[in-house]
Amino acid sequence: MVTKKFMLYFPKSETEKPIIYHLVKDYNLIINIFRAKITPEEEGFLVIDVTGEQENIDKAMVFLSGFDVQINTRKKGLIYDSTKCTHCGNCLSHCPTQALFIENHQTMEVIFRENLCIECLACVKNCPYNACSSLF
Amino acid sequence: MKSYEEINRKIESKKAVVLTAEEIIDYVDKKGLDKAAEEVDVVTTASFGPMCSSGCFLNFGHSKPKIRMTEAWIQDVGAYTGIAAVDVYLGATQLRHNDPANMSYPGDFAYGGGHVIEDLIAGKELQLFALSYGTDEYPLREIRSYFTINDLNQAIMVNPRNCYQNYNVAINCSDKPIYTYLGLLKPNMKNLTYCSAGQLSPLLNDPFYTTIGVGTRVWLAGAQGHVYAEGTQHAPSSQRNDLGVPMEGAGTLALTGDMKKMNPRFVRGLSLKGYGVSLSIGVGIPIPILNKEILKQTTIRDQDIFAPVIDYSHDYPQKTGKVLCHVNYSDLKKGEVDILGKQVAVSSLSSYYTAREIAELLKDEIKRGEFTVTQPISYLPREQSFKSLNIREKQNGH
Ligand code: SF4
Ligand code: SF4
Repeated sequence: MVTKKFMLYFPKSETEKPIIYHLVKDYNLIINIFRAKITPEEEGFLVIDVTGEQENIDKAMVFLSGFDVQINTRKKGLIYDSTKCTHCGNCLSHCPTQALFIENHQTMEVIFRENLCIECLACVKNCPYNACSSLF
Repeated sequence: MKSYEEINRKIESKKAVVLTAEEIIDYVDKKGLDKAAEEVDVVTTASFGPMCSSGCFLNFGHSKPKIRMTEAWIQDVGAYTGIAAVDVYLGATQLRHNDPANMSYPGDFAYGGGHVIEDLIAGKELQLFALSYGTDEYPLREIRSYFTINDLNQAIMVNPRNCYQNYNVAINCSDKPIYTYLGLLKPNMKNLTYCSAGQLSPLLNDPFYTTIGVGTRVWLAGAQGHVYAEGTQHAPSSQRNDLGVPMEGAGTLALTGDMKKMNPRFVRGLSLKGYGVSLSIGVGIPIPILNKEILKQTTIRDQDIFAPVIDYSHDYPQKTGKVLCHVNYSDLKKGEVDILGKQVAVSSLSSYYTAREIAELLKDEIKRGEFTVTQPISYLPREQSFKSLNIREKQNGH
């Protein structure tokens, strides 16, 4: 069993289809939804963790490619811009998973550990310098 | 014992021994105070954090025909024009025109004076809109134009209250979240925020203002600025520990510098949800090691600097004067701290990381002979308390 994080983008034409249902039913995948949003233009954004056999995940990707859905494995819904980050540390007590974290207490550098981020968006509200923003 | 002149001669011949206020701690531990005082010429201190009192004077030069600006906006942020014809003053906490502020609580305050100052220094093109009532020699009554910092005659930053010697730690004892200038404070003491560079902070390394005074040359966001006065709310007569380190705000500095020479990395607008906008500035101040007493003060460590923990849901706004307890910066920097028997998660608004970088940059500039030290032309008051605004009836007059 492996777990992979994906961000899916559904254009208006695909938002009505029961695509996630099929991922669960036909490919035996465990889907953990971090964040979902349908914009006023009826586009859909979905950030999910998918757990299952690698083989089934691969097949599910082939299934998804039959729709007009964009699958993004690298880009996530939460954007941390290190060039805007001042390492002030205001986000630290608001990040529930310590994805934003100080590892080295000598330098006090704030680092972003993307694999730990659950896209709760607390940092978006609490970063005074707009270093954390949401793609959608 | 060394003089300012001796130290500057060494700086100019690129032979000065310079350490940061962090490096000096171990150095003195290893070498001993006497030996280190002979060897070390300068210790660099720094801080980077919100300085709400920041602002700037800008001079636009004259248009054809001329205007005497009586109202002005830069990027829709209002600037003060009650000064000479084409001078304006722009303050860091000024909101953008039509910002709903806290009408939809908590407000976002996405853009304001601090951001305009950041954009100006970053060389961006900005919009000026100004109105006038028109006079015989200044007939133009309205102007809309675009400019960058290079089009201005002068762009001079002023920070009447910078480099707070020490600062409050804000916590929330109530059962509702509160939005403050120290960020979002969760209910029931679930988090807190501190705001000081601790052992790197300028006035904590010179607690009695022996070398930092009016006229001291400072590194202000990369430009060479100077201290022009005691800062507003300078209140050195505060509670101090055995080492002379204040246990509350205490001293402040008023700084000024040429914005055309500043590095935009160290001038950053902030948006504080539910509070407003501000500006963070990077400051570096060199401490000339004239004698071993001065050196000893620079060896202050985070663990010996205590800050007062104050309830921002009640005691701060109601001015009760109550301090819940004191915590030291070494414990705060660990990310979790014990407050009245409870483990509390820590946030901070002062960037130690950036302060460290500034202390290094200033160190390098001094070593390269580009930044010399200055003897103050006058010293900051060492005794002075903080007055309150008393709401009272008119006492005299007719
Ligand atoms: S609050 Fe923003 S600027 Fe400060 S450390 Fe976190 S991400 Fe960086
Ligand atoms: S979105 Fe939430 S989990 Fe991710 S970094 Fe921001 S605060 Fe942490």
